[in-house]
Amino acid sequence: MLGFWIYLMSDCLIFAVLFATYGVLSGNYAAGPGPHDLFELPLVALNTTMLLLSSITYGFAMIGMQHDRQKQVMVWLAITGLFGLAFLGIEIYEFAHLIMEGATPQRSGFLSAFFTLVGTHGLHVTFGLIWLVVLLVQIQQRGLIADNRRRLMCLSMFWHFLDVVWIGVFTFVYLLGVLR
Amino acid sequence: MSTGSHAGDAGDTSTHHGHEGHGATQYVHDEGGAAHGTLKGYLTGFVLSVVLTAIPFWLVMARPIESATTTAMIVIVFAVTQIVVHMIYFLHMDSRSEGGWTVMALIFTVVLVGITVSGSLWVMYHLNTNMMPMNMMEMPEGGAMESTGTEPDAGQSGGAMPGMDHGAHGG
Repeated sequence: MLGFWIYLMSDCLIFAVLFATYGVLSGNYAAGPGPHDLFELPLVALNTTMLLLSSITYGFAMIGMQHDRQKQVMVWLAITGLFGLAFLGIEIYEFAHLIMEGATPQRSGFLSAFFTLVGTHGLHVTFGLIWLVVLLVQIQQRGLIADNRRRLMCLSMFWHFLDVVWIGVFTFVYLLGVLR
Repeated sequence: MSTGSHAGDAGDTSTHHGHEGHGATQYVHDEGGAAHGTLKGYLTGFVLSVVLTAIPFWLVMARPIESATTTAMIVIVFAVTQIVVHMIYFLHMDSRSEGGWTVMALIFTVVLVGITVSGSLWVMYHLNTNMMPMNMMEMPEGGAMESTGTEPDAGQSGGAMPGMDHGAHGG
């Protein structure tokens, strides 16, 4: 568990560097579109809701684990996965929309930094989802054995950590971007 | 209630082996990095998160406060508060878990993140200001005068005798 925590802290440093890069480049529009032209806050609010809901449903799965209720764990994990999938779907829709409008990563420094930061977070969520599906299979086959409990706790930390990173993303990228 | 039964086992054996030592190892191995959350804890964290998310979105979308700077400051305060809420209620940060090492790692990371982000912004801001060659205000400075003096000269002699020009600059 401590090892996994230290991994999360190193992941935190990756995001810190990406946030710093975004902070430096966020004003370099290269005469292209800025945050105010591109970002749709209702969509971001919906996305944030999905991630928040997935956090609480993962919490319910953890409570199920504490009570040794395998079915409860699996059902809540699956629901968590669906919210995660919804989050990813909305993000992919947003990215596709931006690229269709011509706001590609190549357009300006601001957009390169934006796609790198938000894309890295999205990639983390993707791998979290793969891990979640694998864990569902493992629990299905072996039940709530000690190894699976440890895995559930590690994924719990990973999932909540991604939610913490998302707080930084929606605050510094979207909200402060639109305020500019 | 597996945790409860584990704790009970530990308590039973500890009467034979000595309470403190066994209690400590049981804590490190079983509780791990994250203390277990309760339903109440998760719900409290969730409600706080919803409130702490909704208010900044409302502040930016409806703009009840005219000043962008004030709004930005409030939004940042809400974000920091929400990160702390997540740390406590979802990640179950606890100064005693893993003998205090998770908190040590967290403090170390927060310091590095602070240095990385603020340092980058600080340096790059000054770099932008200092690397503004088109700024006419800086032209009368010593370096600018010298370059304006030599450039036409270099252009003339460079066309006639490139070798001479290089030699003159070298000396």
